[in-house]
Amino acid sequence: MKAIMSQLISQKGHRLVLCGLSFLLLSACSQQRNSFLDPAGPIAAAQRAHFIEVFAWTMIAILPVFILVPLMFWRYRYRNHKARYTPDWAFSGWLDLLMWGVPFLIVAVLSTQLWKSTHALDPYKPIASAEAPVNVQVIGLDWKWLFIYPDLGIATVNELAFPVGASVAMEVTTDTVMQSIMIPALAGQIYAMPGMRTKLHVLADETGRFMGENTQFSGVGFTAQKFEAVAMTTQDFEAWVAKVKASGIPLDATHYGRLAAASTGVQAHDMLGSPQMPEGVLYFNKVEPALFADVLGRYTHGTAIPSALQPGAVGYVPPAAAGANQ
Amino acid sequence: MKHPILHPGLNLGPHHGEAHEQAETLAFGFWVFLMSDFIIFGLAFATYVTMANPMGLAGGPGPKEAYDLTSVFAQTIILLSSSLSFGMASLAMRFERGRGAVTFWLSVTLLLGLAFLFLEVRDFAHMIDIGAVPSRSGFLSAFWGLVPLHALHVAAGCLWIMIMIIQMRGFGMISLVKTRIVRLGLFWHFLDLIWIGVFTIVYLGGLAS
Amino acid sequence: MTPDQPATWLLGRFGVSSLAILPAIENPTTSELVAAGAALAVILGAIGGIAFITWLGAWRTLWCDWLTSTDHKRIGIMYIVLALVMMARGVLEGAVMRSQQAFGLNGGFLTPEHFSELFSTHGTIMIFFVAMPLIIGLANYIIPLQIGARDMSFPVMNQISLGLTATGAALVMISLLLGKFSTGGWSAYPPYTGTDFNPGPGPDYWIWSIVLAGIGTTLSGINFAVTIFKERAPGMTLFRMPLFTWTLICASIIMVFALPPLTVAALMLAADRYLDFHFFTNDLGGNMMNFVNLFWLFGHPEVYLLVIPAYGVFSETISTFSGKKLYGYSSLVYATMSIAVLSFTVWLHHFFTMGQSANVNIVFGIASMCIAVPTGVKIYDWMATIFRGRIRMTVPMIYALGFFYLFVIGGLTGVMLANPTISYQVHNTLFLVAHFHNVIIPGVVFGLMSGYHYWFPKAFGFRLHEGWGRVTAFLWIFGFSFTFFPLYALGFMGMPRRSASYTDPAFEPLMLVALFGAALIVSALGALLIQLWVSIRKRESLAVPLGDPWNGRTLEWSISSPPPSYNFAVLPQVEDQDDFADAKAKGRAYQEPDAYEDIVMPNNTSLGIVICIASTFLGLALVFHIWWLAILSAGGIIVAFIARTFVLSTTHVIPADEIAAEHRAWLAQVRAAKSITRDMETSSANHGLASLELPVLAGVER
Repeated sequence: MKAIMSQLISQKGHRLVLCGLSFLLLSACSQQRNSFLDPAGPIAAAQRAHFIEVFAWTMIAILPVFILVPLMFWRYRYRNHKARYTPDWAFSGWLDLLMWGVPFLIVAVLSTQLWKSTHALDPYKPIASAEAPVNVQVIGLDWKWLFIYPDLGIATVNELAFPVGASVAMEVTTDTVMQSIMIPALAGQIYAMPGMRTKLHVLADETGRFMGENTQFSGVGFTAQKFEAVAMTTQDFEAWVAKVKASGIPLDATHYGRLAAASTGVQAHDMLGSPQMPEGVLYFNKVEPALFADVLGRYTHGTAIPSALQPGAVGYVPPAAAGANQ
Repeated sequence: MKHPILHPGLNLGPHHGEAHEQAETLAFGFWVFLMSDFIIFGLAFATYVTMANPMGLAGGPGPKEAYDLTSVFAQTIILLSSSLSFGMASLAMRFERGRGAVTFWLSVTLLLGLAFLFLEVRDFAHMIDIGAVPSRSGFLSAFWGLVPLHALHVAAGCLWIMIMIIQMRGFGMISLVKTRIVRLGLFWHFLDLIWIGVFTIVYLGGLAS
Repeated sequence: MTPDQPATWLLGRFGVSSLAILPAIENPTTSELVAAGAALAVILGAIGGIAFITWLGAWRTLWCDWLTSTDHKRIGIMYIVLALVMMARGVLEGAVMRSQQAFGLNGGFLTPEHFSELFSTHGTIMIFFVAMPLIIGLANYIIPLQIGARDMSFPVMNQISLGLTATGAALVMISLLLGKFSTGGWSAYPPYTGTDFNPGPGPDYWIWSIVLAGIGTTLSGINFAVTIFKERAPGMTLFRMPLFTWTLICASIIMVFALPPLTVAALMLAADRYLDFHFFTNDLGGNMMNFVNLFWLFGHPEVYLLVIPAYGVFSETISTFSGKKLYGYSSLVYATMSIAVLSFTVWLHHFFTMGQSANVNIVFGIASMCIAVPTGVKIYDWMATIFRGRIRMTVPMIYALGFFYLFVIGGLTGVMLANPTISYQVHNTLFLVAHFHNVIIPGVVFGLMSGYHYWFPKAFGFRLHEGWGRVTAFLWIFGFSFTFFPLYALGFMGMPRRSASYTDPAFEPLMLVALFGAALIVSALGALLIQLWVSIRKRESLAVPLGDPWNGRTLEWSISSPPPSYNFAVLPQVEDQDDFADAKAKGRAYQEPDAYEDIVMPNNTSLGIVICIASTFLGLALVFHIWWLAILSAGGIIVAFIARTFVLSTTHVIPADEIAAEHRAWLAQVRAAKSITRDMETSSANHGLASLELPVLAGVER
C-alpha cells in the first residue's frame, strides 16, 4: 500500500495534483517567483512534496465521502420505494471498526511523516551546502526589512542577495511590533519579535528573483513590506557586494534612527537613498558590527523605552527630526 | 436511603429531600464556577512562573528585595485559621446551634479575613515604597496581577460574610441563607487553597530561586 | 489637553473628534463615506427599531415579556435576534473587504487603516457576537426541551449572560459612532495593540467588549453544564440524551475552561494599557509570546466550541429527515468528547512559526492531526445514518449535503495546516483565511442555519417558508464556494492575510471571483430576511400548532408549538433514546396524565437589563477614560447584584387547573387533527401531527 502510494505521489500524483493546484497560479507570471508550489530551493521543494503527500493520503478518507454521499442521497430519497429501509438499524461493530480504524491508520502514517519532515525542515537547522554559507542579520522595521551582512560589513533594505547554492543563515528580530519573514519560493516563514532572536535558513538552487514579505499584520504600511530575494552566481554576487559598497551610505546611529521610523521602503529610499540604489531599496556600506546585538539587547537591558525612543511607536522621534526641531 | 444527605454541612429542613436536591444544583453550579476561577488563577500562576527569570525581572527588585516572609507567614497562619473558624460556623449551622453561634464564627472569620488583608496591604505598601511596582518589570507585573487578585477575592469574601450576617438577622436560618453560607464556605476554602499556592509558588518559590 | 476636549475630568478623552461621522464631512473620500454610511446605518437602525416598536405599541410587551423575562425560550430567541443583527453587519463588512481587495490592485477605495478596522471588527463580531450568541441562543431554547426540564438551573444568571453579551455587541456597534475600533485583528496581538503603538481607544473597545461578553459566555457555560447534569427528566440518563444536548455538554465544558484564558489575556493587556504593567510590552521584561499562548489557549477550544454544537444539530436533522435512528450514538458521543478534550491540547498549532523547537511543534502537530480521527468518525456516522434511510430533501438536508462536501475540504486543509512544515508556508496567508472560513461557514453556519430552520416552528408555531429556505441554502453553499476557494489559490501565491492591497496583477481575477461569491453570500442574507418576512405573512398556512412538523424523535416535539412557559404540563418519564419516536411507535405519546400539579416558575426581573445598561456605560467609560462614570457604573452593578440577594420572593406558582385546561385543550386539538405522512411535510396540510407511516412503505426492515 505504502509503496503504491509513494509511487503515485512521486510520479503521476505530482503532476496531477500540481496541475490542479497551480494552473491558476501560472495563469499570470510575474517576474518574482512567489509560491512554494514553484520551488527554487530544497526546503520549499520538500515542503511541496510533503504537501502533496498529505493531500494524497487524506484522499483515502475523503474520497468515500465525495463518492458515496451523492449516491446515497439519491438512492435513499423518500420516493424511492425500491431501496431498503432499516429505520432502527443503528450499529455495526465491523463498520465502527472501519470508521475509527482507517482514519487512525492514516493519521498514524501522516504523523510519522510529520515527525520526519518537521525535523528535516526545521528552519533553525543549517542547510548543508557546497558554497560557503552567508550570514545575514535581519531586522524588521515598520514597514521594511533591514538585512545586515556582518561578514561583509554591508547592509541593505528590501533586497536580499546571495549566491546560488549557498546556505543563507538568517538571525531575525524586529525593532518594532511582531512581524514574520517569508520567502515562499525558498522556505517558510519565521516570526520576528522585539528582544528575541529567531533563525531561518534558506538556500536557492537556481538563480532568480523571489518575492519575500512580512506576513504578520503590522500597521497601515504592512502591505508594502515586501522585499526581493535574489539568487545570483558567485561572480554576480561579488559584483553586487562591490556595488553596495560603492553606492551605499554608512548606517550610523542617525541613519538607523531615521530608517527605523515608520515608513515604507519607497519612502525610506526617498529620504536616504541615492539614484544608484534601485527604487524602494537602500544600500549601506558601513555598519556598526554590534548593531544587531544592540537592537536585540536594548529591550532586555532593564531600562524603560519611552515611546520617543521606540521605532514604530506613535510618539517615536527619529534622531534627525529631533535635531531639526532644536 | 431515598435522599442521601448530599451536603453533610447542611441542615435544610425536616426531611432534607427536595431542599437538598435544590442545594445540590446550587452547590454544583458554584463548584463549576470555582473551576473556572481556578483556571484564571492557574494562568496567573503560570504567567508568574514564566516571568520569574532575569529577563522578566528586567533589573528591577526581585523576590529577595520585595518579599517579607515573616509577614507572609503570619498571613498564612491567619488565613488558615479563618478556614478553621469557617468550618466551626458550618458545624454550628449543621447542628443547629442557633443563629448566634453561626454569627459568632462568621464574625471571627471576617475579622481574620480583615486582619489578613491588613497585613497584605501593608506588604503591598512596603513594595511600593521600595519601587517594586508593576510598571518596573514584567516579573512585578505578574506578581501584582496575581497576589492582589487573590486579595480582591478575599475582600469580596469579607463583603459576602457581612451580607450573610445581615441576612441571617433579617431572614432567619432559612434554606436560602443556609445554601448561601455553604457556597460562601466553598469560596472561602477555595481562597485558602489558592493562598497555599501563592505562599509556596510566589513567596517560597520566588525566594528559593 | 487638546482644544476639542473642554473638560477631561468630565468626558475623559472623549471629544468632538471622537465623532466618527465628522471626517466624512470634512474630507469626503470613499473610505470615509463608507465609514459614515455604516455609522448612519447604526443610527437609522436604532431609530427605525424604536419607531417600529412605538408603532406596534409594544414597549410594554417588550419590557414585561422579553427584556425582564427569565424564560429560557425568550432569552434564547433574544440571543438569536442579537446574533442575526450582528450577522448582518459582519457579512456586510466581509463584502466590503472583498470589494476592497477585488479593486485593491495598487490601492482600492478604502484606506489601509479603515480596512484593518474592518477585518478586526469582522472577526470579533463573527466569532463573539454571531456564532456564539447563535449557539447559546439555540442551546438555551432547546436544552431544557430536549431533557424534559422547565427552565435552566439559573434563570436569572441566564438573563445576566444575555445582558453581558448584548453589552459587548453594543460596544462594538457604538465604536462605529464614537471613536474607532481596534485595528489589531480579532486576535489583537501585542505589542501592536499596546499603548506605544496604539494609544487610541480602539484596542480598549476590543478589550472591554470581549471581556464583558466573555464573562457572559462563561456564565452561560456554567448554566448549561449544571442544567444538563442536574435538571434531566426522570429516566433521561446521560446515554439517552439527544445528541444536540450531548454536544452542548462538551461545549459548555469548553466555555467554562477555555473562556478564562481569554479573560486573563485581555485583562493583562488592559493592565498594560491602563496601569502601565509590563505583561506584553517590548521593554522591561514584557513578553508578547505569553499573550499569543493565552489567546490561543482560548482560541483553539473556541473554534471547537463553535463547531461541536453544529455537529449536534446535524446529528438531529440528519436522523430526523432520514427517518432513521442515528447510527453509532455512543460512537458519536465519544467522538465529541474526544474532540472537546483534544481541543485543549493543540493551541500551539496557531504559531508553529514562533521559533520553538521542532520537537514541540511535532507534539502539537500530531495532537492536532489526531482531532481528524473523531471528526472523520462523525462524518462516517452521519453517512451511515443516511444509509438505508428515507431522505426528505428539506432545507436542513440541503445544508447537510453542502456540509458533507465542503466541510470535508475544510478538514483536509486542516490536516495540512497541522503539519508544521506546511504551516511554515501557508500560515498568515489567505490559505489560512480560506481554511477557517471553510470550517466555520459549512460547519458552524450551515449547522446553525439548518438548526434555525428545523426548530423555528417549535418556537413560533409556524414553519419557515421552504422555497425561500432552499434559495438561502443554495446561495450560502455557492456563495461560500466562490468566495473562499479562490483564497486558497491566493494563499499559495503567498498573499498575506489582512492585506488591504497588492501589486501582483495575477491576484486580481481570483479576487473578482471571490467578490462574486461575496455577492452571493450577501444575497443569502437577503434571502434569509425575505424568508422570514414571507413566512410571517403566510403564517396561517404554515402553522404547526400541534408541535411535531418533522416527525421528530426527541422530547421537544412532544409538546405544543410554541410551548407553554412551563414547557411540560407534566414532566415526561423517559424510557428510551429518541424517546418521542419510541412513544409514538408504542402509543405512549399524547396521553393525558393521571394528575396535574402546581408548577413553580421563576419571576421576571430587571437585573439582567440593569446590568446590561450599567456595563455598557462601564465599557464606554473605560474606553474614553471617564473615571467617575466607570466607578459609578461598576458600583451600580455591584449594588444591583447585592440588592437582588435581598429579594426573597423570586418564584410564582402556576395552578394545576390552569395547566390542565391548557394541556387538555391542546390534546383535544391533537385528537381532532388529521395526521400527515412525510410527503405532505412541506405542504399546508402539515399542522404538526405526524402519522406512523413506516409499515405502509415497501422494503421496511425493523
